[in-house]
Amino acid sequence: MARYLARHLVSRYLSSSVSSPSLHVCVVGSGPAGFYTAEKLLKAHEGARVDIIDRLPTPFGLVRSGVAPDHPETKIVMNQFSRVAQHERCSFYGNVKLGSDLSLSELRDLYHVVVLAYGAESDRDLGIPGESLNGIHSAREFVWWYNGHPDYSSFKPDLKSSDKAVILGQGNVALDVARILLRPTTELASTDIARHALSALEESSIRKVYLVGRRGPVQAASTAKELREILGIKNLHIRIKETDLSVTPADEEEMKNSRARKRIYELLSKAAAAAGTSKADPDQRELHFVFFRQPARFLESDERRGHVSGVNLEKTILESVGSGKQIAVGTGEFEDLNCSMVLKAIGYKSVPINGLPFDHKKGIVPNVRGRVVSDTSGGISQTEPGLYVCGWLKRGPVGIIATNLYCAEETVGSISEDIGEGICESAKAGSKGLLQLLEKRLVNRVDFRGWEKIDAKEIQLGSERDKPREKFVSWEDLLAAAAN
Amino acid sequence: MFGYRISRFGSAIVKQLTREGYLSTYWTRTLQRPYGHYLRSSPMVQRQTRTCQQAFFLKNNRFSAFSTTSSDKDDGETEKITIIFVDKDGEETPVKVPIGMSVLEAAHENDIDLEGACEASLACSTCHVIVMDTEYYNKLEEPTDEENDMLDLAFGLTETSRLGCQVIARPELDGVRLAIPSATRNFAVDGFVPKPH
Repeated sequence: MARYLARHLVSRYLSSSVSSPSLHVCVVGSGPAGFYTAEKLLKAHEGARVDIIDRLPTPFGLVRSGVAPDHPETKIVMNQFSRVAQHERCSFYGNVKLGSDLSLSELRDLYHVVVLAYGAESDRDLGIPGESLNGIHSAREFVWWYNGHPDYSSFKPDLKSSDKAVILGQGNVALDVARILLRPTTELASTDIARHALSALEESSIRKVYLVGRRGPVQAASTAKELREILGIKNLHIRIKETDLSVTPADEEEMKNSRARKRIYELLSKAAAAAGTSKADPDQRELHFVFFRQPARFLESDERRGHVSGVNLEKTILESVGSGKQIAVGTGEFEDLNCSMVLKAIGYKSVPINGLPFDHKKGIVPNVRGRVVSDTSGGISQTEPGLYVCGWLKRGPVGIIATNLYCAEETVGSISEDIGEGICESAKAGSKGLLQLLEKRLVNRVDFRGWEKIDAKEIQLGSERDKPREKFVSWEDLLAAAAN
Repeated sequence: MFGYRISRFGSAIVKQLTREGYLSTYWTRTLQRPYGHYLRSSPMVQRQTRTCQQAFFLKNNRFSAFSTTSSDKDDGETEKITIIFVDKDGEETPVKVPIGMSVLEAAHENDIDLEGACEASLACSTCHVIVMDTEYYNKLEEPTDEENDMLDLAFGLTETSRLGCQVIARPELDGVRLAIPSATRNFAVDGFVPKPH
């Protein structure tokens, strides 16, 4: 005990008196989780040097590739993140991929602390028949496509085979894709939407979008701002069945416990009441909220083999499973909903990498308040020294940008404690070592100055078209813009 | 319109929000949580945090890169009120705020640690503050739908929560105490309820 105390006091004294960088940190992933972690680490430790790496040449993660083009205010946080990247003790290195350009163990050798904040770049599956038919995509792919993600520049969603699209899920991502499909393209033309997406949407024949949820309006996962926005779109007809709006005592309980749920329900009720009779206008755009239906299988088109023609839906009822939660249970009654495109907005999933403990069931890295733990065969978990997680990789793919503020605070808290316990006693090569390794492997890294060049060019091109920016959507164009 | 007036919630809320009530609720929760002691940062880190925060804000603050903390001397032209910021440890920092300035701006001008991710665009909830006294809360105008939409998502939401970018300094708010919600206090380790995205 006395030895522990002595070592504790000595390391705390040392960490406060050393003026040159004594803590080398690498954050993998430059989205909100990565940047909030870097910011808090820099503030908490005067001796910390933080390198942020990202496999894309551009930083900011989903703030750039996930937030919808018609939500520019949500992207303002990039200003704050830019200030972090420009901090003298921070560096951004884009186009550096963990797992290909360097391994996790190499990273852990170079840095005292490695924080994995690379989010969730894959999707949950439904696991039902027909899921691999053409025309069925995850919402993530569609979002990356209209946001100009370089991995999806040659994606071609079919927007011309019919007037109907089905979206499975009723969260904010579902609302985003529905809104982009239904918003007048004249309104989209002045956003930072990718050019190929704008062209495709201008030729789209989709006029009716169905948002399908397996539970009811009280359980809808979206938030008020997004719902209010889509319900207020001009000339968009909203369809909600009055019968779906009846609430049970369990629903009342859920609403009592959550002011957000109550306000969502009120918004949907008002929208249902306001929806009058529709005119027989073939071009009328419609948004249908379909509740209490879960997908059983996808239907294949007879005319176009291998292509989806609809979804077979099972009606559901809700069952309480305790602690105020209700789940959907199938009733054995089925009905078909025809469409030519299905977007699954049922949740993202993280991707494991070599050498990293992973919980395949939850789709996250096992951790205790951000400290990565591995399961030994005896079922006793062991902390991986110097290895941490933050963001969706830590908590699962839920929450908003601000959720990462608190997530980062927790992870940085764990790191600070561990520093107190002496994890940065041995010398590490840090940035110098990383740069040497990248040079040796001929990795064409993009530093923050390179991103600033991309940024300036995109803004310049955008100004010529009355857009805030015109994004570069291919790897070649991005790397070229960063270099010159 | 949405019925968030304190009058509905009566004495229970008043009791919770008196200074002692707020603090004891915080400490009780911290101590009762299984890993409660981990959540309080060490004094060493706090001191470094404070120094780094000040340096960081002064260097990077877009609202007032070069202003010093507000002086007590009134320049005779702009009337100022006193706003008291209360941090998660209960430490009070009174600041002088000119009429017309928002709470968020006032915080940044005085190196108070209040986030403002969307820079006052009503697109986030990171400038969330809790009005500690109900009489002051009632003096504020009702939040708009847009503000309420963002408050829905705020961590540690209370009956007297507001967004700092929407609360503007007025003479009748002189002496108001605003608590900055503690992230660690509200980030429940056990039974964490995922928020939508």
